[in-house]
Amino acid sequence: MVAAVSGQPVARGMRESLLHPLVSMDPSCNTWDMYGNDFAPADASDGDLLGQVEAAEAALRAAADRGRGGTAAPDADPEAYFADVIDADQKIEPRDWMPEAYRRTLIRQIAQHAHSEIIGMQPEGNWISRAPSLKRKAILLAKVQDEAGHGLYLYAAAETLGVSRDELVDLLISGRQKYSSIFNYPTLTWADVGAIGWLVDGAAIVNQVPLCRCSYGPYARAMIRVCKEESFHQRQGYEILHTLAHGTPAQRAMAQDAVDRWWYPSLAMFGPPDGDSTHSAQSMAWKIKRFSNDELRQRFVDMCVQQAEALNLALPDPGLRWNPERQAYDFTQPDYDELMRVISGDGPCNRQRMEHRRRAHAEGAWVREAAAAYAAKRAGRKEKVAA
Amino acid sequence: MNEPTGQRGGREPAPLWEVFVRARRGLSHTHVGSLHAPDAELALHHARDLYTRRQEGVSIWVVPAGAITASSPDEKDAFFDPAADKVYRHPTFYEVPDGVAHL
Repeated sequence: MVAAVSGQPVARGMRESLLHPLVSMDPSCNTWDMYGNDFAPADASDGDLLGQVEAAEAALRAAADRGRGGTAAPDADPEAYFADVIDADQKIEPRDWMPEAYRRTLIRQIAQHAHSEIIGMQPEGNWISRAPSLKRKAILLAKVQDEAGHGLYLYAAAETLGVSRDELVDLLISGRQKYSSIFNYPTLTWADVGAIGWLVDGAAIVNQVPLCRCSYGPYARAMIRVCKEESFHQRQGYEILHTLAHGTPAQRAMAQDAVDRWWYPSLAMFGPPDGDSTHSAQSMAWKIKRFSNDELRQRFVDMCVQQAEALNLALPDPGLRWNPERQAYDFTQPDYDELMRVISGDGPCNRQRMEHRRRAHAEGAWVREAAAAYAAKRAGRKEKVAA
Repeated sequence: MNEPTGQRGGREPAPLWEVFVRARRGLSHTHVGSLHAPDAELALHHARDLYTRRQEGVSIWVVPAGAITASSPDEKDAFFDPAADKVYRHPTFYEVPDGVAHL
């Protein structure tokens, strides 16, 4: 009775305290200006990551308004037309002619990106049932749900290139396509959830923001959406670490330990150094990629130093120091041999991640079959009524 | 995000649906992406979960991708070229004499 009487206000209060931090974290985290022309292009001058995403979005619209400046006639040489569109910083759309290698490169890159989002649910999903409070649990659930969403946006973008969803799923579960090496590391403590949000999602954003300007329209549009949502992920991770770093000595130690373990694998997320990167030059020419691996890695390091200071946590690199000549931080490179080992299947959790993915796919088969059978039954009934 | 490519994989996949969202009252529905679902009802549920997790919409349409007929097999400008030489369809084509108001 008491519960029933007081149920309403308590429930509402709880809902607000749960949901408010989610939606009010940053108003521009919402994808409110996602849809067409109802908002003026955002001011990009602040230079933060969300500002850069909005600038990319504004550039996309500006290019669309400007039109293709070139002279190649659409019916003439398709290759010249393709080059023209790329030169004019316009987007290639699904049914445009494109070089086969451009199509293949994009399918590979978008698919691996999608697989990474899907596998990326596992390390954090590990902590949903053990989150330290209801608020943290609700946030983590929302975050992991976002990762699934990002995987689906990306699969949809890959499908516009003529590959089917089932093929993509097969490529992942048969191990013929890779996902980001970072998700093969274990999440040992709650602080790892914070470190993943801050460092792993932070590195992902630095990688992904330039992809908002990718020459392939569906990928660029998906990335704009993903980056806006990703920014919530990074901030929630940072907040977890900040709370722990200002807690008991044991909590502080746990936070530092997580940063120590995730720092170098996060640096490795940017891929091999430029000299060893196999796909870079062509991808740059096609404007799929805008910056080299090393440029992005440097940008990430420069960003993190000040953020680590605010956390009062140390980055585990004795070689880290400001270089006034380069106007950037010198830092120790991650172990690229380890990166190659992890990519080729020998990381701490590769087998576990793949087994889990395969099991989840197999155990979900009956749901897909039941939904298809139900749809067929209902369609059959409709036909009978119509007849 | 997705547009029908006319190509399909080896197995029979769940049908593809294109998703359109009205962001707010007074705006048109805008294409936001696509998804797979066995029927319209589930497509609508999935669209809500996938594309409106942050109150991005007040209304959703889902359309079977196969039901969309596109203007041309390639997204080329030529189909729309005839419109380019009919500048008299725009009000700016006409000269308005000085001093004429409300035109």
